[in-house]
Amino acid sequence: MEINYVIDTFFAIFAMTLIILMVPGFAMLEAGLVRTKNVTSVLTVNVMIYAVASMAFLLIGYEYAFGSWDHQDGMSKWAFFMFQMAFVGKVVNIMSGGVSERSRILPLALFTIAVGAFIYPTIVNITWGANFLDGTMLDISGLSDLAGSTVIHSTGGWALLAAIIIMGPRRGRFKNGRIRVIPASNIPLVTLGAFLLWIGWFGFNGGSVGAISSKENADAVALTIMNTNTAGLAGAIAGWLLTYFRYKKFDITMILNGALGGLVAVTAGPHLYDIHTPILIGLIGGALVVIAVPLFDKLKLDDPVGALSVHLVNGIWGTLAVGIFVSEVSIITQLKGIIVVGVIVFPIAWITIFTINKIFVLTAGDDEQLEGIDATECGIEAYPEFKRSI
Amino acid sequence: MKKIEAIIKPFKLEDVKDALVEVGIEGMTVSEVKGYGRQQGHSELYRGAEYVVEFIPKVKIEIVVSTDDYVNKAIEAITTAAKTGKIGDGKIFVSDISKTIRIRTEEEDEEAL
Repeated sequence: MEINYVIDTFFAIFAMTLIILMVPGFAMLEAGLVRTKNVTSVLTVNVMIYAVASMAFLLIGYEYAFGSWDHQDGMSKWAFFMFQMAFVGKVVNIMSGGVSERSRILPLALFTIAVGAFIYPTIVNITWGANFLDGTMLDISGLSDLAGSTVIHSTGGWALLAAIIIMGPRRGRFKNGRIRVIPASNIPLVTLGAFLLWIGWFGFNGGSVGAISSKENADAVALTIMNTNTAGLAGAIAGWLLTYFRYKKFDITMILNGALGGLVAVTAGPHLYDIHTPILIGLIGGALVVIAVPLFDKLKLDDPVGALSVHLVNGIWGTLAVGIFVSEVSIITQLKGIIVVGVIVFPIAWITIFTINKIFVLTAGDDEQLEGIDATECGIEAYPEFKRSI
Repeated sequence: MKKIEAIIKPFKLEDVKDALVEVGIEGMTVSEVKGYGRQQGHSELYRGAEYVVEFIPKVKIEIVVSTDDYVNKAIEAITTAAKTGKIGDGKIFVSDISKTIRIRTEEEDEEAL
């Protein structure tokens, strides 16, 4: 008993440490995908999110989500908290990445508090936690979502969709009905960031199995990590093939987004699949990204990092996939979970962002966007010795 | 005195420099520039959307020579060295220079070259 307690505690702390690699992961991915004039502000936002969202979860969100600090006895409660805390910032990262290059930092910090203390804990409460909807029509505790295709990725995705609709596109992104391309400024950083996220995913999904100290659990953890990786591989291959067949070019940003799409898609049930199903799930996940990115462009939903395609579209696909490929899981239950989470998160996020934007002005003005958020908000340029591109 | 400005493809800089040294031209000023000509740039693809790169990176070299003989030699050297035969090889401009001063010695005109 005691040795299991120790090993599972150690496992949770190790998984948490891997997940924290996703903090620089998101930071580098976003820093590479935005223009040089917005790099410092994007990095500042990423650090702010880790600090503020985690603090809000520590002080308020955690107890709200799980009812108390003493709700499980399999491992140290501090380790369990640390593991859960590692997720909360990711929800905000998904949202902040999609509205980068046009958001002010302080209003974004207010939204971060709202997510860490209230919005994310609400979704955890009704899925993995205390469940205040127990016995009501909206009860979705039957949802099969191991590490959060819906609970984390869709939640962040719905919040981002609300933010993009309220804040509008970056200055000059859509001109006279035409799409103006704003290319990435640093492809090596994008690649580094995507791979840090990929490594973090092993802790994200592996740790979500919850225990490793028995033979069954150790197998479940290893299968989860293997399937997670497989879906990432398949997503990258799908992105690679599809960009080539569609455009006759290899677009590294799409290949990496494809890999991340595959990783999001497998996140709902990596412990339930055999070793080949994640290939199909990842291929579809990667393909969805390649299809969805230009589609959101056409809909004039400006998403500089492709977060809607990676997290929202694949969060939904991954949750459905468990219902499709695992016979014990009902696709109706999965669909209900997706819809209930969307119906709760989208309006709450919309009202929160709309209010913050009205009072504190979240959207940076045209002049600020032209100058770059680095100059107006941070006063530090990321690359002061380089000339700004025209 | 004449100034020769040439806009060339960046990867041709080494060849052009060697060719100019060979005909006895000792100094040059190089700058990285961007521009477009009749092609109006070229198009690239990013995340499924095509976009036009309007200003293409080029290298501009500037040299000042004393006689028409050197002008002709320089033009021939640059043309031969910078030519690929493909669109975007660049242009050469020749103009008059009214005065030259070497800052260190305050020598003027031909003495300063």
